Amino acid sequence: MSNEAVLQAHSTAGHAGHHEHHHHESFITKYIFSQDHKMISKQFLVTGIIWAILGGLMSVLFRLQLGYPNETFPFLEDLLGKWAKGGKLNPEFYYALVTMHGTVLVFFVLTAGLSGTFSNLLIPLQCGARDMASPFLNMLSYWFFFISSIIMLASFFIETGAASGGWTSYPPLSAIGDFSEGSKAGMDFWLISMALFIVSALLGGLNYIATVLNMRTKGLSMTKLPLTIWAFFFTAVLGVLSFPVLLSGAILLLFDRHLGTSFYLSDIFVSKTQTALPNEGGSAILFQHLFWFLGHPEVYIILLPAMGMASEIISTNSRKPIFGYMAMVGSMFAICILAFLVWAHHMFVTGLNPFLGAFFVLLTLLIAVPSAIKVFNWLTTLWKGNIRFTPAMLFAIGFVSLFISGGLTGIYLGNSALDYQLHDTYFVVAHFHIVMGVASMFGMFAGIYHWYPKMFGRHLNNTLGYIHFWITIVGAYLIFWPMHYQGLAGAPRRYYDISNWHFLKGFDGLNQFISTVALIVFAIQLLFVFNYFFSMYKGRRVTTKNPWGSNTLEWTTPISPGHGNWPGEIPEVHRWAYDYSKDGRDFIPQTEPIGANESGHH
Amino acid sequence: MSGFFLIVTIALIYLVIFQIARASEYVGVLKGEDIMRKQSNRINGFLLIAFLVLGLIGVWYCNELFAKKTLFAHDSASVEGERVDSMFMWTLGITGVVFFITQILLFWFAFKYQEKEGKKAVHFAHSNKLELIWTAVPAIALTVLVIIGLRNWFHFTKEAPADAVVVEITGKQFNWIYRYPGKDKVLGKTYYKEISDKNNNPLGQIWSDNANHDDVIETSEMHIPVGVPVKLIINSRDVVHDVGLNHFRMKMDAVPGIPTTLWFTPKYTTKQMREKLNDPEFVYEIACDQMCGPGHFSMRGVIVVEEMGEYKVWLATRKPNYWTAFPDKNPFIKPAVTDTVATKAATTEVKTIDNKVAKN
Repeated sequence: MSNEAVLQAHSTAGHAGHHEHHHHESFITKYIFSQDHKMISKQFLVTGIIWAILGGLMSVLFRLQLGYPNETFPFLEDLLGKWAKGGKLNPEFYYALVTMHGTVLVFFVLTAGLSGTFSNLLIPLQCGARDMASPFLNMLSYWFFFISSIIMLASFFIETGAASGGWTSYPPLSAIGDFSEGSKAGMDFWLISMALFIVSALLGGLNYIATVLNMRTKGLSMTKLPLTIWAFFFTAVLGVLSFPVLLSGAILLLFDRHLGTSFYLSDIFVSKTQTALPNEGGSAILFQHLFWFLGHPEVYIILLPAMGMASEIISTNSRKPIFGYMAMVGSMFAICILAFLVWAHHMFVTGLNPFLGAFFVLLTLLIAVPSAIKVFNWLTTLWKGNIRFTPAMLFAIGFVSLFISGGLTGIYLGNSALDYQLHDTYFVVAHFHIVMGVASMFGMFAGIYHWYPKMFGRHLNNTLGYIHFWITIVGAYLIFWPMHYQGLAGAPRRYYDISNWHFLKGFDGLNQFISTVALIVFAIQLLFVFNYFFSMYKGRRVTTKNPWGSNTLEWTTPISPGHGNWPGEIPEVHRWAYDYSKDGRDFIPQTEPIGANESGHH
Repeated sequence: MSGFFLIVTIALIYLVIFQIARASEYVGVLKGEDIMRKQSNRINGFLLIAFLVLGLIGVWYCNELFAKKTLFAHDSASVEGERVDSMFMWTLGITGVVFFITQILLFWFAFKYQEKEGKKAVHFAHSNKLELIWTAVPAIALTVLVIIGLRNWFHFTKEAPADAVVVEITGKQFNWIYRYPGKDKVLGKTYYKEISDKNNNPLGQIWSDNANHDDVIETSEMHIPVGVPVKLIINSRDVVHDVGLNHFRMKMDAVPGIPTTLWFTPKYTTKQMREKLNDPEFVYEIACDQMCGPGHFSMRGVIVVEEMGEYKVWLATRKPNYWTAFPDKNPFIKPAVTDTVATKAATTEVKTIDNKVAKN
């Protein structure tokens, strides 16, 4: 009832004042400190793209070292100065690159850039709301993210360099400056930046939850929501419940670093200074628990939005309802709950009580069941469809393929007795890059190609999109598939140079190959970035409100909606989002009332 | 100069791709969006099925190239590791079947059901029976894997057999220190505040504990006997490290303040492995598997597995660290004539060791 009142108030009183509002917008309120969810979503996306380029570049640099460990590249010294004396990355900087690549891609690109962008764009549009529950907090959410990213970027320019203890930043390595250059000021920058990022994620997440629960338009019950919204909703719940734990972990680490506490420190002798530290009684493992209590839900924070968008895009472009809607929602719910109960599978070999480990094996492998349901449901959605291969659709299909490939290797790693052998090898690198990194990236690309018309009123160039897709999927498999074999040969992660190891002989050629492909794939992403910015101004104009023949509410808004989204009243919803090819009709928008003679409806 | 040409070439490639893309967009506008869409649909449908076929060939080819370079090309060098090998094969079998079925269906469906003139998609939204099947089947398969996994896990992590040879291994940036319990079979107590590389006490042995007086410390290689269980007690002096024993198929973290353990039964001596692999340079290596600082990649240890007899001889010829720390306690060195000489001798020894440490 209260919903109704809010919406009515908006549409009657708000409509008259609507145009007025537009005239008062200055450059600053429209493009910088905007409170319009659509603009904020673009801010998240553009910042995410910039970070993706930087993060990708970092991987290209360290892949150069891995592929060509005996060669020098003088341009690196020009670019990086003392970090690449003589044209060869020094190990400190190599590890800083590895650390930052992980941090940036996981948090800035695939959390802020993915869920930040699309939750912001789609929650109000697909729920039929004029904006987020709190546009002001939403704006703050972006600006906290912005400050956090500036601090992270700044850490590269301090004398001792950026944090270099891996994106997981395990103490004691990350706690004591004498153990590594990156654990000096760089680590403080990292922790402060992460703390601000968590603030941003919480402000965003609370807003998403409040909006989905309270601001759905008339008739839009939760079971009529598109799967995208369900995915963003679960993502936000995961974030709100798990990010504070990382915040506490980060703050305790700051205390250990600067205030002489011993949360994580015990029995430590610093060889460099030949001194035994006074800290006793702390537990280095405690940090790992706190970290992974966020760290594991984090992979679902990254993956769920991609799943939601892939479901929506696959259904739309197959011209078929998503198969097993309730099973899709249920499996996302199951993933959301289980995500909190599996974190210690990252810690099987830390000396964790094996009995406790057994429960984490069980719960971890249990997650494979809802994941399998989702895959089979996507496959059945394609079955007997009438599929249109838009670039978005191709990326969504690619997402499913990568999710299968990477998900299956999770079954190896989640089983502690196999993790005993495979832990922290390249097998793990291959696994999480495919299932979380590349798959979610594909979900993000699918989302961008699909909703670009809604964002900018223009299309991305299709041909560039197809080239982008094909080179990226082939490249992704060429890079990460052979890495499984390196992992099965025992190659540990985060090795700067493997030439001293007898058991790793014979992979030089492969490492060069992977580095070369990585370079090509990176170059093709730049083509996408170009397409993105070029099409903003010169792309083919969108001529109809609903270019994909889609059922959801965002396509009932004007081609370029203003602040408030619908010029008149917010449309009422009468059905679920997936009435495709029903009763001989190609699609039936959610706003159309149920007909008298309609066959069974949802 | 070559860098310059590279940049120019890349820029030109970009330009060509971009021009093609722009041109195709204009063609699309002229021909009509619908025709264009159908055309690109056919091309992409074909590419999807081509990707599937080439991808499957690629999977096979990659396996041809690299399977022989993995550890699984040879059996495990420890008795316990055989369980890892067989479990790996079971998991590979089950996930392999799922992988091929789902990937083939995905690309085949995409190709087969591409948009065609006059065709309509089927409105098929729900089927309890199907969904029940693909909930139950994965659940059963996973139950099998969980049972195999947990049985092995409890076997690996149970208490080492009582007759196991005990070796303590301690990680520090960026090498390993090994300690053997000597004749009394008891490792003496240590306390990290007693650690002093200068005073030849790298592990902080408490000298008032008599059990320490016969403990042997080694920094170059770990020697262990073949055919009997070996128990490692794992420590760290500074950050978290990890004892990665690839050929034995296991690993365990070294955490400062929290000792961990690991046990296994070596099957082959280093010599036997050299013959088996036809590789005269083969050694068992300990790889640090946990990011531990800028020298992480170089934190290498070597294990020599030998016959029990050889092992016993080797251990018997080691000098307890107590004697290194206090040369005057060494019964085989004649008591020094005067105190000053003894101190001098001690200091020179310390210096040479210091130099060694510095060189390492």
